[in-house]
Amino acid sequence: MTSSSVRRHKATGLAVLMVGLLTTGIGYAAVTGSAEASAPTASASQVEAGKKLYLEGCATCHGLAAQGSTDGPSLIGVGAAAVDFQVSTGRMPLAGPTNQAPRKPYSYSADDVAALAAFVSSLAPGPAIPTSEDLNTDEASLAEGGELFRTNCAQCHNFAGKGGALSEGKYAPSLMNSSDKVIWEAMTTGPQNMPNFPDTTMPAEQKQAIIKYIKNLQNGDAPGGLALGSFGPVTEGVFIWTAGLGALLAAAVWIGAKVR
Amino acid sequence: MSDTTTDLATTGHGDEPQFPLPAHHLRLTDTDPRAARRAERQVATMFALSALLVVGFIVAYVTVPTENFVSLGPIGVVNSSNLLLGLSFGGAVLLIGIGAIHWAKKLMADEEVTDERHPVGSPQEDKDAALAAFQTGVAESGFAERKLVRRTLLGALALFPVPLIVLLKDMGPLPGTSLRETVWKKGDRIVVDVTKQPIRPEDLRVGTLVSASPEGLSELQEEQGTQNARAKASIILVRMRPEEIRNQQGENWDYNGILAFSKICTHVGCPIALYQQRTHHLLCPCHQSTFDLADSGNVVFGPAARRMPQLPITVDDEGYLVAADGFQEPVGPSFWERGA
Amino acid sequence: MSAIVNEAGKAISRADERAPISSLLKANMRKIFPDHWSFMLGEIALYSFIILLLTGVYLTLWFKPSMTEVIYNGSYTPLVGIHMSEAYASTLDISFDVRGGLLLRQIHHWAALFFMAAMIVHMFRIFFTGAFRRPREFNWVIGGSMILIGLLEGFAGYSLPDDLLSGVGVRIVAGIVESIPVVGTYLMFFIFGGEFPGNDFIPRLYTFHVLLVPGILLALIGLHLILIFYHKHTQYPGPGRTNTNVVGFPLFPVYVAKAGGFFFIVFGVTALMGALVTINPIWAYGPYVPDQVTAGSQPDWYIGFLDGMLRAMPPWETVLFGQWTISWNVFIPAAVMPGILVTLLLAYPFLESWITGDKREHHLLDRPRNNPTRTAIGVMVITFYGILVINGANDVIAITFNLSINQLIWFTRIGIFIIPPLAFLATRRFCLALQRRDRELLLHGRESGQILRLPHGEFIEIHTPVSDEVRAVILSKEDVTPIEAPPATDENGVATPGLRGKRWRAKLSQAYFGDNVAKPTAAELEEAAHHGHELHDHEVEELEAAGKHAPSTLTPDSH
Repeated sequence: MTSSSVRRHKATGLAVLMVGLLTTGIGYAAVTGSAEASAPTASASQVEAGKKLYLEGCATCHGLAAQGSTDGPSLIGVGAAAVDFQVSTGRMPLAGPTNQAPRKPYSYSADDVAALAAFVSSLAPGPAIPTSEDLNTDEASLAEGGELFRTNCAQCHNFAGKGGALSEGKYAPSLMNSSDKVIWEAMTTGPQNMPNFPDTTMPAEQKQAIIKYIKNLQNGDAPGGLALGSFGPVTEGVFIWTAGLGALLAAAVWIGAKVR
Repeated sequence: MSDTTTDLATTGHGDEPQFPLPAHHLRLTDTDPRAARRAERQVATMFALSALLVVGFIVAYVTVPTENFVSLGPIGVVNSSNLLLGLSFGGAVLLIGIGAIHWAKKLMADEEVTDERHPVGSPQEDKDAALAAFQTGVAESGFAERKLVRRTLLGALALFPVPLIVLLKDMGPLPGTSLRETVWKKGDRIVVDVTKQPIRPEDLRVGTLVSASPEGLSELQEEQGTQNARAKASIILVRMRPEEIRNQQGENWDYNGILAFSKICTHVGCPIALYQQRTHHLLCPCHQSTFDLADSGNVVFGPAARRMPQLPITVDDEGYLVAADGFQEPVGPSFWERGA
Repeated sequence: MSAIVNEAGKAISRADERAPISSLLKANMRKIFPDHWSFMLGEIALYSFIILLLTGVYLTLWFKPSMTEVIYNGSYTPLVGIHMSEAYASTLDISFDVRGGLLLRQIHHWAALFFMAAMIVHMFRIFFTGAFRRPREFNWVIGGSMILIGLLEGFAGYSLPDDLLSGVGVRIVAGIVESIPVVGTYLMFFIFGGEFPGNDFIPRLYTFHVLLVPGILLALIGLHLILIFYHKHTQYPGPGRTNTNVVGFPLFPVYVAKAGGFFFIVFGVTALMGALVTINPIWAYGPYVPDQVTAGSQPDWYIGFLDGMLRAMPPWETVLFGQWTISWNVFIPAAVMPGILVTLLLAYPFLESWITGDKREHHLLDRPRNNPTRTAIGVMVITFYGILVINGANDVIAITFNLSINQLIWFTRIGIFIIPPLAFLATRRFCLALQRRDRELLLHGRESGQILRLPHGEFIEIHTPVSDEVRAVILSKEDVTPIEAPPATDENGVATPGLRGKRWRAKLSQAYFGDNVAKPTAAELEEAAHHGHELHDHEVEELEAAGKHAPSTLTPDSH
């Protein structure tokens, strides 16, 4: 689109081209810059710092050598993505025994999370934290994302990503506040009871499409008005019996009331 | 008391009310002409506003395109056309209603009137006359005497609906054994749903879930023009550590810890993929039947009475996962002829 | 005479030459209807039905009842390029490309929910006030049938768009039909034109939804209304109201305005809901594909109790002779139980009149407390139904309130046998307590809160007699004596025919009315008025007027 307009307006073409090239260049620099920052190259010192943090905060449950115990699974081979997912969403460290680790305000700084991730991924190779290139959804197809979402995600997270109940008090959480990075990490690592969807069965383009679809869900478009939590007919039923019938009964009482 | 012919006046609560109807109170609008005029103005205003809203509706219909959205704070980002059409139409209709009722309550006579009730049944003479007419008819037709006519008529009438029922036969084919079969057969490649790529065992990690179907299903669907094959053939693949598999439906039906199960619930047929990889439980979102995939897909909770059928799998020469055989038991809900 | 009346007169007389309009108008125009908010519940249902017909006709203009696969290319971008049925694609077009189409869809669906909810609330009003008794039993049966038919009609409408949510619902129905012993498999193949989902179901369902069922409903509604007109409306007890009269306002003009106005209010509220609140966002569910599903797959609320029953059922199945399968786990909750419930519902007026022996005409309504057993049955049914509805939504409840679905199902499995009977007992007690209170009110009046000290030092509280309005309402109670069981043989030693049945009936009748609290007799009232233990206001005045030792009045706070 931009290139075609450049061709059409020759007089302004050159200027626009210059501006375009400049912004693209700056943008590219910014993107690659941030990509490096978010995908830390593990230096020895970082691994060392991570190990220290690990022994302080994680070893009680996951074992001194991350081999796992009755209180927590082994972390060997879970990869940096798993650490980043669990710690940056505050799920780990666990506050106490529950059915499932809940999302909560996180207790580690970004540097600490990176150090922990570096340490755990140094133990054995595993899924890496996605780069900003991984998370670029510009080329992804929204409709395909929807189809993949309905095939692979909606069964637990509900058609609108609002979450759903699982067995024995466990649940698939709402995706309404999940960042694209966290969604990606959840898909590759399969945290808690969620199954994993590795790149081999769900390639990066498909993950991008799903992320694009979830981001679209997060926009909160409600063409028909108040979405009632997007839980389907249950909340519609609650609405008709409370607000709906309530309004009509109030009208009926008004009609039947004596005028003084 | 239980006599059904007792007439109304002698039953129940008596004719004469024990307490008289309370005296009629005049409303403010009955006594104060200014209040009455005010009520009249209120009613007229509502009717006029209603008419205005109809004009608003037409303006909104003509000017607001269907693809415009507007943010309404807590309600969300809603479609402008739907919002404006609904508000103007709903408002217009509502105002007619409120206006009419306000009119009735404030300005129409509000003195309660008493009406008498009469017994519901017909008078005795009518009942007698009806019976007599019926008797005459029966006598004139000879229905009572002419037994042969009566009996053949009843026989004919009893049989006449039969063609109407027979005609329904072609609503569908007979079931035959179709509910016992799926398209899966030995050597069918397993492909990922949506993308249709074949799968190698190493593509699955422990804890991986794949929604899958047999290769060529889409083409078959195209050819048949229905989703019937898909409704029975869809499966899920999961991988666990081989030592975690306690039981299977057949010996070595897994491939290195990769198990394939039908996706169709044995209760009433919902597709299930709520796989909880730590517990190996598969939960149905419709009625919460829970199957343990590490233990032959047996039911551990909920209303389903049958285990989830397992598909035996292996790899082909090129190293892709294939069905080692078709399903060994019918997939989906039970049916009368299913048997053990 | 005003111009309006003249014109109307001319029109009527022209019409009258062709049909007896005047006689019809004479009989009905000034017909009296009693005024009470609870008499308008059925109106809500009627108006919702009219709204459904109106909006439904519009929807048929654009909806394509076809399962032929198409590729969507409309204006809802998240689905562009996706394969779907024509039914689903045309519903998307109605929602996004037809101006006002979404509004029509939402009004239609909200009105359907109103229709069902209003019918059920209306039914309970009829039930609790005993308005189903002779001569209205037939109208009860018509009404009950309409709830059942409405349920089917609603489910058909919910299924037509062929979206992922409703498609799963249809899949469940197919599974339920398969569970019917002997004929289930064949029935399923006939309904779906072969295996599920086939290509025939949506077009067949469409005819069912837009022609067959609405036609039946319309006929039943007509009959229901004709009977209401013919019987004249029941009324609540009160001064001036008897079993042989009807007190209220004339149809024309008051009810033309009030009932007509109420139609517009129902329509207006439904339209505003259509403007502001999403219902059945089929675009968000996606098209139906047999291997996809969403968490929280639910039917509309009026099917919820069936779903709740399906969820709570234990996994029972029998295989006869290794050949034939009976799925009790599906057949009982989805076919047997609804059958029993509907039969009991439709038969209730006849069961009650058999037990009570009451075959008289009733036009004056019962107060629920005055028939404790009936009221308790009603509350028991509501509790039973409520538990099932809650279980039908257990996954949404679990995720919203952080509960476990397994615990909720166990709660239902056990609670369904315990809570409704408890509700029955509690309601019955409560009604009897209210009866006792009524009796006290009549005999001793209302406690005024004023304490009186009598000359000889005794403290008493002044009781004020209740108003005529309250007296009329309380005295409307009918005391019924339970039926006695006949002796085994009559005086000639001949065995009573049908003795066992009659004894059963007497037992039930005892259970039904046994602990009725009799209302005060005229003599008791007389006695209470003159020789009561309490002084009444007028007696205090007499005492004061006579200049006797004016007793000191104390306020309740002073002791």
